[in-house]
Amino acid sequence: MAKCLTYMWVRRAVIRLLKSLLVAAALLVGISAIAQQQYPDIGRAATPAEVKAWDIDVRPDFKGLPPGSGSVAVGQQIWEAKCESCHGTFGESNEVFTPIAGGTTKADMETGRVASLRRPDFPQRSTLMKLSQLSSLWDYINRAMPWNAPKSLTTDEVYAVTAYILNLGDIIPSDFVLSDKNIAEVQARLPNRNGLVKFMPMWDVRGKGDVSNTACMTNCATEVTLSSTMPDHARNAHGNIAEQNRLVGPVRGADTTKPPPLAMAVAREVPIAAPAPAKAVTGAELARKSTCVACHVANRKLVGPSYADIAKKYAGDSSAVAKLMDKVRKGGAGVWGVIPMPPHPEMTDADIKMLVEWSLQGGK
Amino acid sequence: MSQRPSSGRIIKAPENFLSPAMIAEVQRGRRDFLRGAFASAITGATATVASRAVAQSTSLGDPNILELPEHTKGLGQPVAATPYGMPSKYEANLQRRESPGLTRVSAASVSFCPLQGLFGIITPSGLHFERHHQGWWDIDPTKHRFMINGLVKKAKVYTMDDLMRLPSVSRMHFIECGANTGMEWGNVAVPTVQYTHGMLSCCEFTGVPLSVLLEDCGFDKLKGKYILAEGADGSSMTRSISIERALDDCFVAYAMNGEMLRPENGYPLRLVAPGIQGVSWVKWLRRLEVGDKPYATKDETLHYIDLMPDGTHRQYTSIQECKSVITTPSGGQTLMDRGYYNVSGLAWSGRGRVKRVDVSFDGGRNWKTAKLESPVLSKCLTRFSIGFNWDGSPAILQSRAIDETGYVQPQMRQLRQVRGTRSIYHNNAIQSWKLDTNGEVSNVHVG
Repeated sequence: MAKCLTYMWVRRAVIRLLKSLLVAAALLVGISAIAQQQYPDIGRAATPAEVKAWDIDVRPDFKGLPPGSGSVAVGQQIWEAKCESCHGTFGESNEVFTPIAGGTTKADMETGRVASLRRPDFPQRSTLMKLSQLSSLWDYINRAMPWNAPKSLTTDEVYAVTAYILNLGDIIPSDFVLSDKNIAEVQARLPNRNGLVKFMPMWDVRGKGDVSNTACMTNCATEVTLSSTMPDHARNAHGNIAEQNRLVGPVRGADTTKPPPLAMAVAREVPIAAPAPAKAVTGAELARKSTCVACHVANRKLVGPSYADIAKKYAGDSSAVAKLMDKVRKGGAGVWGVIPMPPHPEMTDADIKMLVEWSLQGGK
Repeated sequence: MSQRPSSGRIIKAPENFLSPAMIAEVQRGRRDFLRGAFASAITGATATVASRAVAQSTSLGDPNILELPEHTKGLGQPVAATPYGMPSKYEANLQRRESPGLTRVSAASVSFCPLQGLFGIITPSGLHFERHHQGWWDIDPTKHRFMINGLVKKAKVYTMDDLMRLPSVSRMHFIECGANTGMEWGNVAVPTVQYTHGMLSCCEFTGVPLSVLLEDCGFDKLKGKYILAEGADGSSMTRSISIERALDDCFVAYAMNGEMLRPENGYPLRLVAPGIQGVSWVKWLRRLEVGDKPYATKDETLHYIDLMPDGTHRQYTSIQECKSVITTPSGGQTLMDRGYYNVSGLAWSGRGRVKRVDVSFDGGRNWKTAKLESPVLSKCLTRFSIGFNWDGSPAILQSRAIDETGYVQPQMRQLRQVRGTRSIYHNNAIQSWKLDTNGEVSNVHVG
């Protein structure tokens, strides 16, 4: 009996082992199927010329930077022709974009940290104040400038414009020629080269934030004072808020063309959105609104004739407008077939006239 | 539209000239009798005047019911009158809008999504916020090409035909610009939720997982640590993404809300990088490069860097941390009466699901937990709501979201203590809306 039990136990164990081996084998097959799961017939190899045409990015270690050079002097010529209108002669303009130059000092070039970035009262942050990687500036000019003709500069012109900008910040002298050979040395002079911190907590999805709050539910130690509100003069600065909210629902937009009401407005007096500015009604809109389109369309016969056919039939007929106005008003049959057109007593003469004239132009 | 739409409430007639017997007749449906009664009640009145009187009568009811409208009595419009359907003309107030004075060139600008009027969690395609760096294009999909190169066994080119043949996923995700709420770091600057939080949208996107594409090109699993995504527009926007994020849940999307992407949103191809700030969702995507180092592109070195009080800038701050905002009621809106309101808003987290949202009506002293409406999805907007009986007294409404990592959305004050007021990016502070006794709601900061 005991022998028999042992045999059964062994047998079961062997079966279990075989089963698990089978599962493992199946998993292996599955994994290798995934690993080999490719789509050889989808997509194709990129040619070297195609990769070269598009792979234009330049990294902080200057990988990807094409050889070339450009002087401050040439850069100034290009600048005056293609950049100045937006950025100002000295990259100082704040009209179209934020300033490119300004806010950096010789002392910053020593430390690699721009001191004015610590000053809350400093009015603007220029490009050169922030710039920590020269590759970013070169790459951006190369891929996206000038604003309305990106990628139109030659490689040497990109070097030259970059040199001119650096000269505006007194980072390189006026007789400097920037090239792929010396760009790393210039990088080492950038006023804010040490000013960037790679902040991992907000790069890593599992990172922990740097600011924390607690989920207090009652009598929380919160001082409820208003530290900032919209100034009265800004009430209508974003346009009439009434016109930016729905006409129905639990709330309306406040009519910001008027001062706030002193007391709660009762429902029917709540300011509501003004109607959208009236657009001139076109014949097409009128046709749709008056459901003419149920029977008439532009180029083919439906129930009634197409607008094109109407235009053709009455071309040159000076009495056509009056005749057709009468037909629309009172209805008619027989001209285009046996199905009658219903009368339209609800329409005004002006609307009928517009519709008829529009129809006589073929509904265009 | 020339008339002020009525509130649906019945307005009292100037005089009570109907006897209870007459009212009973009306209730029995004797409208002819009624007209006669009016004609005699108002000396010299025309039928029109009489019906207007009916319209105003408390006793008789709402003219919108009593006088059958045109749409009940006439023929409506045919099918396909507008072959691509448009919203009702009465919804024209809900539009994407620029914030006056924020930018100086509209080709490098933002249009904000009208969150104050949206329901649920999906943003209608035509209201998805826009942020363009050098204008938008409507690119011919038959000519669009997508390349993968860099640390791969085989650099490849795909047409849209190729991409749309590959296995696809459809997922709902929020997209938020890193600069959303950026104008509010120092003080209250804009009046409504459209301008405070409207660089936020949420759609269902369809496309091909990067894991499929990178595998198809045989990317270098040892050296490949980053990918660079690049657009096909003039700005050829470039952004670095960690390979870990790319393989986890990023995909190249060609569709949004069941149709192809809108041109303003990157037609025919954009990157979807769930939980990561919108600038990384490169539009008009033309290329991915696999590399071993980050690329420090212009929008990683000069913009989308967060200025700290010590004058350093934080770089690669990509994840959009947990945040929420009440959208109804919100700044610039007016409550029309005391009584019940269903206060509702949106919550989201770039680190996963929203676990809970609490709402305060007293500026943050006391909180109640709101109801989360399903679905509650990872890196997706979640709609929350809570009942509120307004007694007419002033209130300050706030919402506070908690995500599945346990992170609690911070107060404005707490953010400023660490990051100062000049960071521009990643303001995920609790928003305060002040409800005044006159029913108006306005944007405030609580000290």
